[in-house]
Amino acid sequence: MAVEALNSSSRTRVAPWNDPVVRGWVFQIVVVGLVGLLAWYLVSNTIDNLERQKIASGFHYLDREAGFEIGDTMIEYSPASTYARAILVGLINTIKVSVLGIILATVLGTLVGVGRLSNNWLLGKICEWYVEGFRNVPLLLWLFLFYKIISEAFPGPRQAIALLWNSVYLSNRGVYFPVPLADPVFKWAGLAFLVGLAAAWGVGRWARKRQEDTGQPFPTLSVGFAIVLGLPILVWLAGGAPHHMSWPALKGFNFDGGSVIQPEFVALLAGLVLYTSAFVAEIVRSGILALHKGQSEAAAALGLSRGQAMRLVLLPQALRVIVPPMTSQYLNITKNSSLAIAIGYPDLVASVNVTINQTGQAIENVLIIMAAYLSVSLSISAFMNWYNKRIALTER
Amino acid sequence: MTDMPAGERQQLAPPSDDTGILGWARKNLFSSWGNGLTTIVLIVAMVWILSGFLEWALFTANFTATTGSECRGGGACWALIREKFRYIFFGSFPYEQHWRPLFAVITMLAMLVLSADRRMWNWRLLVIWGVGSFVTFLLMFGQIHIPLSLILFVALVAGGIGLALRSALAAPSERMAYYALVGIGAVGLVLRILGVLPKWSIAIAPLSYVETSLWGGLPVTLILATYGLAFAFPYGVLLALGRRSNLPLIKGLCVGFIELIRGVPLISLLIMASVMLPLFLPSGTTIDKFLRAQVAVILFAGAYIAEVIRGGLQSLPKGQFEAADAMGLNYPQKTLLIILPQALRVVIPPLINTFIGFFKDTSLVLIIGIFDFLNTANQALVDPNWAGFPGEVYLFAAFVYFIFCYSMSRYSRYLEHELNKGTRR
Repeated sequence: MAVEALNSSSRTRVAPWNDPVVRGWVFQIVVVGLVGLLAWYLVSNTIDNLERQKIASGFHYLDREAGFEIGDTMIEYSPASTYARAILVGLINTIKVSVLGIILATVLGTLVGVGRLSNNWLLGKICEWYVEGFRNVPLLLWLFLFYKIISEAFPGPRQAIALLWNSVYLSNRGVYFPVPLADPVFKWAGLAFLVGLAAAWGVGRWARKRQEDTGQPFPTLSVGFAIVLGLPILVWLAGGAPHHMSWPALKGFNFDGGSVIQPEFVALLAGLVLYTSAFVAEIVRSGILALHKGQSEAAAALGLSRGQAMRLVLLPQALRVIVPPMTSQYLNITKNSSLAIAIGYPDLVASVNVTINQTGQAIENVLIIMAAYLSVSLSISAFMNWYNKRIALTER
Repeated sequence: MTDMPAGERQQLAPPSDDTGILGWARKNLFSSWGNGLTTIVLIVAMVWILSGFLEWALFTANFTATTGSECRGGGACWALIREKFRYIFFGSFPYEQHWRPLFAVITMLAMLVLSADRRMWNWRLLVIWGVGSFVTFLLMFGQIHIPLSLILFVALVAGGIGLALRSALAAPSERMAYYALVGIGAVGLVLRILGVLPKWSIAIAPLSYVETSLWGGLPVTLILATYGLAFAFPYGVLLALGRRSNLPLIKGLCVGFIELIRGVPLISLLIMASVMLPLFLPSGTTIDKFLRAQVAVILFAGAYIAEVIRGGLQSLPKGQFEAADAMGLNYPQKTLLIILPQALRVVIPPLINTFIGFFKDTSLVLIIGIFDFLNTANQALVDPNWAGFPGEVYLFAAFVYFIFCYSMSRYSRYLEHELNKGTRR
């Protein structure tokens, strides 16, 4: 403020080359001009090169037939589908492995992080070496190791290891397991699940309101679980409880029926989860250590049970320390899932890479990768920022 | 008790099960029923796993086989590592010249270890890195050509920094020297670009030339990580300063760049460097694949380092900036003499953690076909004579990575402890 006052009163006397405002703008214009010049140079070169190589730019190639197989597809896809479809399949696979990875790494990492603080010395040491071991070796190496172990140490489909009364088979082609045959009742059960979620949310709100008004607690968690799980089961029973399964069975050289988890997917997920859980464990540990001992003692003195103290007093405070670094770990899982390309799991980067090789449209495809990851990353960080704001300390 | 005179109190030793190894075990392993049960289950599980592992890795392992088929005893085939370790460490570098990458690795390690010593954190650091880099690249390439334009550029930068920092303090003769450096550098570069000065360079060529496509193994990993950080560091500092600047256009450029790079995976930058960079340059120019990967790593590292340094800048109280302004320091003086020395001190431990991250992330360059340490380990598995022992090779590579990363993380923790001595109570 003082500087501005000084500027406005003495503006007439300051020479323009000594005026910080003028200097600032000149400097900015020069820098932006140089960056613009560089950009113009690169773009003009690119246009030149594209013309010479007769590559038509634009996204028209997305409508053409892709012609390549994808091993793991959540939505309908065949080589006759378009490139756009192939890239969408890859994007869905990326999201699938990221979401599963985030959930599992959080659970495993929390267990290990709490384990490191255990008053059992041996458990603490084992958890410490788990963390040091996994986080000091590149993720890519873990992926190769797991993938090679699965594809070389497990037997082929004909000698597959049968588990659980011959219903689940482990082989180097993946894990085969039975799935229920499609039935319209499942659609209704899914709908009931969503209705249950909404109802549980409503019950939670009502319970909190009632506790604030009357001080009466309500077992929100157990009632919520009962609603969310009970409604779909009721609908399933009402629909005649369809239970016909498709069982995996050996036909020729491979299994038929049932469903399969690809070895690439298992290796990728295992690598991501084990590697990231080491980092998550450290975050959780430091979050808990950041709490003052008096907090748990005060909660106990108020007569809260251990579970209540954890849920109502300790966790909300620890979360404030945990959530921001955890967000960057979640983003890391999403970005690291792109290593799938190294072991041949068809994620976004792998699909796009095949597309680059087949069409030569490098720029458009790299733009697609960047746009896809940026939007996934930005949505995760938007969600985590919203959550962080919700749990943040409200001061005055 | 109270009426007993102080001198006659009997000094009892603590109960025998409270001290020594027994007391320790009671307190840390068997403090309660649940705790004791956990300990027993863990010990049983550990004995079971460790005995299985040792059986495989030591007792039934083969250390002497000459081909993979002799190795089918069921145990680990460490003979494969014995056969392949030179390839894993040095890649396709000419076999009889392997002493060169070996000494390059030793030089780089010496450089890193010396930089870890706090007594070296001054002008000595510049000397160490200058000499170390020169020796490393001389050993790896065998021949180095220092172009005239590089010498001119260094003169321009050195003179510029001297002027910015010491214009008010320096004696007239010193100031004249800086002006001369800047003048020679600027005029020379313009003349060189206009083609008046010839394309001249100093050639130092004591050894045979080895091109980067033959480089492989540990030196590649070390070079990518070390020089990735060394070049990304000043660039990250600039980005962080730009992000904290109150000039809107500069701030916008820096924020945009940092968030863009941090939002996409390193692989997409590497793919971009390998397929898009050739399109960006005038046709006919080719850039070495290794250099392209190095540039991608630098761009990537710069954005992350910028965020680490921003943390350090934010931790400085406003008074430091205001005091520097009140002293009449200009922006470079304020930044280089007051702000950065304090801000960087805070962020050295997280910077080392960032470096550990890059050290591991350089393994991604194998996607674009560069033979870093992980890739040469991978290639060692391809030999049909030795097929079928991936576990041994990957465990060996993991062990090497672990040694590097673990010692760096210990150093970072030690340093954090050391640097906080002044502020800790």
